[in-house]
Amino acid sequence: MMKYSFFPGCSMGSTAKCYRLSLEYVCRQIGMDLYEIDGWNCCGATSAHVMNEVMGLALPALSLAKAEKNFPHLDIATGCAACYSRLKTAAHHCKNDAGVRYQVEKTIGMPYEAKREVLNFMDIFGTEEAMTAMQEKIRRPLKGLKVACYYGCLNVRPAAITGAPDRENPMTMENIISLSGADCIDWSFKTECCGGAHQNDATTETRPLVDVIIRNAVANGAQCIVTACPLCNMNLEMRQKEYERIFGTPRIPVFAFTELIAIAMGAHWNEIALDAHYTDASKIIAEAIRAGKEADVK
Amino acid sequence: MSVKENWEPKILAFCCNWCTYTGADLAGLNRMKYPENVHVIRVPCSSRVNPQFIIRAFQKGCDGVMVCGCHPGDCHYATGNYYTRRRFMLMKRLLEHNGIDPNRFVCRWISGAEAAKFRDVVTQVSNQIKAMGPNEKFREPYYLEKEAE
Amino acid sequence: MSRVGVFVCHCGTNIAQTVDVERVAEAAKSFPGVVYSSTYKYMCSEPGQAMIKETIEKENLDRIVICSCTPRMHEVTFRKMLKGTKINPYQLEIANIREQCSWVHTDKEKATEKAINLARMSVAKVLLNEPLHTSSIPITKRALVIGGGIAGIQAALDIADAGHEVVLVEKESSIGGKMAMLDKTFPTLDCSACISTPKMVDVSQHPNITLMTSSEIESVGGYVGNFDVTIRQKAKYVNHDICTGCGLCETKCPTKVISEFNQGLAKRPAIGKMYAQAVPAKPVIDPNACRKLIDGKCGLCAKLCPLGCINFEDEDKLVTEKFGAIVVATGYQLIEWGELYPEYGGGKYKDVITGLQFERLVNASGPSEGHILRPSDNTEPKTIVIIKCVGSRDPKKGKSYCSRACCMYGAKHAHQILDKIPGAKVVTFYIDVRTPGKNYEEFYDNTRHDGAIYVRGRVSKIYEEDGKLICLGEDSLLARKVAVKADMVVLETAMVPAVGIRELAGMLGIAVDNHGWVTEAHPKLRPVETQTGGVFLCGVCQGPKDIPDTVAQAGAAASKVIGLLNKDSMETSPMISKVDESKCAGCGFCVKMCPYKAITLEDIDVRQGPKTVKKTVAKINGGLCQGCGACNVACRTGCIELLGFKNNQILEEVDSLCL
Repeated sequence: MMKYSFFPGCSMGSTAKCYRLSLEYVCRQIGMDLYEIDGWNCCGATSAHVMNEVMGLALPALSLAKAEKNFPHLDIATGCAACYSRLKTAAHHCKNDAGVRYQVEKTIGMPYEAKREVLNFMDIFGTEEAMTAMQEKIRRPLKGLKVACYYGCLNVRPAAITGAPDRENPMTMENIISLSGADCIDWSFKTECCGGAHQNDATTETRPLVDVIIRNAVANGAQCIVTACPLCNMNLEMRQKEYERIFGTPRIPVFAFTELIAIAMGAHWNEIALDAHYTDASKIIAEAIRAGKEADVK
Repeated sequence: MSVKENWEPKILAFCCNWCTYTGADLAGLNRMKYPENVHVIRVPCSSRVNPQFIIRAFQKGCDGVMVCGCHPGDCHYATGNYYTRRRFMLMKRLLEHNGIDPNRFVCRWISGAEAAKFRDVVTQVSNQIKAMGPNEKFREPYYLEKEAE
Repeated sequence: MSRVGVFVCHCGTNIAQTVDVERVAEAAKSFPGVVYSSTYKYMCSEPGQAMIKETIEKENLDRIVICSCTPRMHEVTFRKMLKGTKINPYQLEIANIREQCSWVHTDKEKATEKAINLARMSVAKVLLNEPLHTSSIPITKRALVIGGGIAGIQAALDIADAGHEVVLVEKESSIGGKMAMLDKTFPTLDCSACISTPKMVDVSQHPNITLMTSSEIESVGGYVGNFDVTIRQKAKYVNHDICTGCGLCETKCPTKVISEFNQGLAKRPAIGKMYAQAVPAKPVIDPNACRKLIDGKCGLCAKLCPLGCINFEDEDKLVTEKFGAIVVATGYQLIEWGELYPEYGGGKYKDVITGLQFERLVNASGPSEGHILRPSDNTEPKTIVIIKCVGSRDPKKGKSYCSRACCMYGAKHAHQILDKIPGAKVVTFYIDVRTPGKNYEEFYDNTRHDGAIYVRGRVSKIYEEDGKLICLGEDSLLARKVAVKADMVVLETAMVPAVGIRELAGMLGIAVDNHGWVTEAHPKLRPVETQTGGVFLCGVCQGPKDIPDTVAQAGAAASKVIGLLNKDSMETSPMISKVDESKCAGCGFCVKMCPYKAITLEDIDVRQGPKTVKKTVAKINGGLCQGCGACNVACRTGCIELLGFKNNQILEEVDSLCL
């Protein structure tokens, strides 16, 4: 049974249009149902928890409590690394610390028992059931496309809260992407921070972070970077022109991981708004599809 | 029963041979002074002290009982004082349950070098018990009568 | 009826000035059982003792109480004195009226009263004293040393030189331990092999030392002076009695596997010596690698051997021997850092090596014959990063303790790199530099003077780029991020106890701490003894340390062993626990309490009416019991009594205080 209550987060409706469309496309294809939490609110990422600890836990807990009320038997899925981190942290503390839970419940004015898990879409698509379902739907393998899978920091860290088995070298995304037929490269910056949370207020600090990530991906032969977080995606992609001007950073298309799966499943460009990207990716995608077809014919 | 004037408490201290008894000897060697009402019984290890001994002491007319041994981790017999610690945590509760002020029973770690600590602890316990007055709980009637004379 | 004599000592004026000794003696006359009491100036003196002895005869006393100084002072003196009389030495109690009465009080009236109380308590106790007899146990004059590293070698040599037989057990096929792997030793830069191999040869040639390599301890029984140890001699598949160590088999063996001695940096044949200078200098077959032993094919060595030493049917042998003393010298290994430090590549980068691998690289007898070369491509590295405290001082990931030797061998590594590679750059990341030891600080200073760069901070990530290892870290003194492009990274990893130490400690009845280091009997005053009599320790098995400390400790352990083995027999204290079998219910609580494993459960036959039935009771091993009395309190039926401190004796003391 692939059913989850869904916390979209603010980016999914705006900057992460491609991510959301492709995510929904893949879910439709494999028969996974996402139930959007009724009345979800901001997870508080980037600022709430540094201003006020209880508020930082109560904001995400409110959405989680609503999910628990409406869909008490479903685990909670979110597509954004920052949302994931905040939701997971709130669930973790409420589950393990009765004192925190009491304070949080008092603040949000409703009960929250933290019975269900908070998952990101890598966890969800990484399950055997989902992998098999996706495998069956791949119609258009992307042959020879070299992909650098970028996890960012908050999908795996802190390990004590996320429970990620290998925080320095996770492989879930690689496993999923390899379904599409693309080749995942081995590189060194897959869990490095991109500075996404401070891309507007501390540009001098965050720009070099992105520069080294892109450089390392390109140096290891990547044709594109794939992310599992709207913030990372935006930060890596949107300012590439600027990075090119300042650091001479090479340009490279950045996708959400569901986009490549959707394309391999045969999604039409329009269906997943592939043209909404800042860096033109049509050439490498077209090439990979052609290579896939040729391999098929042989 | 009214407390008699110049009443002196009777305090019994079980001291382990290797640390606290040595510490008490050192206090003597250094001519430190402490109240006369403290009497030491030498035991090989604080874990030799049976809770029965303490009950018996209160029964027969002691007003305070101390059990002293080596610091945890320093036991001559490696693990003895860990048992002592656990046993007398329970003992304190048992005494409280039976209506004896748990402050009448003191468990302290005093090493062979801590003569000053020995002096301070027994002096403090002696003063504390003095302030509390005689212990009447548990006491066999014979001793109560004897005291009343 | 008991006849007690009470003797009150003046101790010059030490007692007499605050305690009215005459009154104490007078009061003692009224105590139950007392038939005689007197005072004397110095009881412990020659005439004092004569007086007591005389009185015992005259008054026909059967037990005595001496009111004097602390029993810790003269209990032994007076017990010795009683040996010549009809009174058993344990029919004696001492009332401490000096240290715990006259010296600590000033009010003469109150002090005298207290002294009377103390005397009464002692009399009450002595009435219940029983005659006790020391027993003597013979001592087997042989020592067992477990572990053939430098600690074990030194201990074995010292004991053997004193004229006692020693069996040295080593689990590998050669003695030498970690020191044999090292290149040079700090701070003198002596060649490690040059100073350790002569000692190894001494061991093999010493008439008093029996060397058992490829052997492990299987079980340990008995107690101090009389241990029964079963040793498993693993199959060597080579008859060492006739093998001359010609080495033909080694050179021709077609199977090559990773060499543990070279820390995975080279390969070795399936048959062979551990290393060139191995002692004994004879090969063994590795059953996990040999093709003949795995699938029955090959057998080339057997065909080649001119003397026919190879025996593929060889089996493990168990031998049981008696020992008087045991020395534990099992040493250490390095922490498995791969899983703990995925940020350093977790082992996927070939050029990120451990300190011990570096030792093999820089060692003239190592895989690269002493040239420092990158394991990945055999080129000479120009920039080398040394990271200290990998696994040490890091309670979150590794161990909380400091591994003590790393600061110094880290400095030594830096020195060796700068010495061997012209123009090399060495960057050492450290938390603190700790160099307590003779000439250590000077060595570290020289290394820095030679050009080693020390950066205070930790490396957060190592990744590969263009064939270089990029080390990202922080210079915490400048609060600045640093990145070093290195050709090779040396991790100075933490020492951890050797595998199997917990099992061995369990067999020996000794304690290990939560890291697995063997616990000494007292951290300051009994540093080489364990809580089990007759078992001693030395070297890194007790905690990380360097070679000088290890050798010093080995000598100390050896001297303790020699002291023990020099005696023909040992007197045991009779003040040990005793079980009343008729009351014992066999619950086994005491077994769990005993820190010395002195209590076991045993089935005995008891008469029950007309029948004989089996019954489980606790049994105390007098050789192991140290007389702490912890079992007494745990016993639910009250059937275990510590002789000399029995329940009723202490209760009598309590009662008599309160009279």
